[in-house]
Amino acid sequence: MSQASSRASLRLRRIAAQALPTAIGIVILHFCLLQLVPGDAVDVLAAEAGSATAETMAQLRASLGLDQSFLAQLGQYLWRLAHFDLGQSSRYHAPVAELILSRLPGTLLLMVVALAIAVVVGVACGVLMSVWAGRWPDQLLSIAAMLLHAMPGFWVALMIVVVFSVHLGWFPSGGNATLGADLQGLAWWRDRALHLTLPALSLSTFFVSIYARLTRAAMLEVNRQDFVRTATAKGLAPLAIQLRHVLRNALIPVTTMMGLHLGNLLGGSVVIETVFGWPGMGSLALEAMLARDYPVLLGVLLLGSFVVIAANALIDLLHAWMDPRIQGE
Amino acid sequence: MPLLRNFLALTGAALLALFTAIALTAGWLYPGDPLDMVAAPLLWPGEDMAFPLGTDPMGRDLAAGLAHGARASLAVGFYAAFVGVAIGTLVGAAGGYFGGWLDEVLTRLTELFQTIPTMLLAIVIIAIASPSTETVALAIGLASWPTIARLVRAQFRALRQADFVTAARSVGYGDLRIIFGEILPNALPPIVVTTSVMVASAILLESALSFLGMSDPDKLSWGTMIGNGRELLRSAWYLSALPGAAISLVVLALNLLGDGLNDHFNPRLRQR
Repeated sequence: MSQASSRASLRLRRIAAQALPTAIGIVILHFCLLQLVPGDAVDVLAAEAGSATAETMAQLRASLGLDQSFLAQLGQYLWRLAHFDLGQSSRYHAPVAELILSRLPGTLLLMVVALAIAVVVGVACGVLMSVWAGRWPDQLLSIAAMLLHAMPGFWVALMIVVVFSVHLGWFPSGGNATLGADLQGLAWWRDRALHLTLPALSLSTFFVSIYARLTRAAMLEVNRQDFVRTATAKGLAPLAIQLRHVLRNALIPVTTMMGLHLGNLLGGSVVIETVFGWPGMGSLALEAMLARDYPVLLGVLLLGSFVVIAANALIDLLHAWMDPRIQGE
Repeated sequence: MPLLRNFLALTGAALLALFTAIALTAGWLYPGDPLDMVAAPLLWPGEDMAFPLGTDPMGRDLAAGLAHGARASLAVGFYAAFVGVAIGTLVGAAGGYFGGWLDEVLTRLTELFQTIPTMLLAIVIIAIASPSTETVALAIGLASWPTIARLVRAQFRALRQADFVTAARSVGYGDLRIIFGEILPNALPPIVVTTSVMVASAILLESALSFLGMSDPDKLSWGTMIGNGRELLRSAWYLSALPGAAISLVVLALNLLGDGLNDHFNPRLRQR
């Protein structure tokens, strides 16, 4: 028991040692990008006001600390960041951090559901493909995976909308809830789920194809190992061997890749959210981009990266739980 | 299975050659500006055989748009992959060959860029540097080099103690000559395979960016065409469907080629 808990704490420390330098690096990169942005907050304020004299602009710059040296500004920036102050949005007239945090749950929901679909469907397809390796179900699924892998996610989204929303009318084509409908209980949940289905499906397609191919290869690889022959010799049922022993080991490369894909998933979510008008960080980033609202855009980059770091740490823990051989050094 | 594999790889190569040929000859096949109005608006594909793929709401020929779009999409794809491979190879080679603190720093840097969502970083870079073919390609390249860097680093770490490297060192070759003249050629096969995949993902990323309106406004690209067609998705879905199909075909071709090359370089894995 105590050995297990010390292993867990070692694991946590290792994860922190991994995540912290990355987080610091991202903060510094964020600051550098902020410096590269054309114009500054005062230009934006002046443009908003419609008229400003050179004197008032200089005054404003001084009051915002924009006339100080690079290092002093970095210090101020870090100080503000420590208080979770990411600046003020010129477009929404609200603190950037507040804006992004209000959109974070939408993106997280979309990502988690899409990832769940991708893992469940992808792994299931991969298992089926490995069971029928080389025969027609395998070849059919392989072709499907290859096609899905090549299609741009946002295009899949549009085509799904054409079929399931425009022609069949099964699902709504945008938003995250029916506007103006005062729904309660089950009807509320149903409405939300219907709105979530198409965005999550279109975000997951690309990853379904990856996990299917990965699971197939990993299952075939594990199947060749000795312990599988031992299990067979022991008289275990083939299904039990495949699910209990082979799949468990084959899932490890899938979870590894999952960690690497989180950034892609978040990036894909930017486009998918725009297609469906889904209120999340991605659509916020695009609105900010169009309005030249740089603090918001860069804030999304910063917080998006933090989301990836946090999720990676979670996957590390999952990994340790799945394969006890993986330990901290 | 090997026969099928070869067939698929050849199909990929042929498709890619076809699209490259279309991209190169677009100006000759469809002279004039693809953004000009040439026919009645919103002709469906097949409705008027002079415009086999139909026209958009502005009466522009969709076939001409697709041919010219191939030029923009492929150019950005290859250019971006070149940038990504160049940065990734330099970072990975330096870290893997020299090791020590340099490797530590470069690995951290690679991890950093791997963590940042590629799409968001590309959007930010383009927002700062205004969209043009070059900046879009540069942004995609800058955001996507870590894959190559990790791969090259692993290769260099595996090869730097190889006999032929020790031999080269004992003859007195310099570090640069060993890196580029001795190790890199031997590390090339997996880099080539990954490059074909990188071109594919660069094309996908470019299409997403131009779909969102972040591309050179004077050039037609497939992503832009999908974005333009989006408003008429309900009535004229072919406007978005056709350019998307073109993107999928090119990416499929590159992936097939990549798989084929991978099989070719790793015969051990071929029976899978």
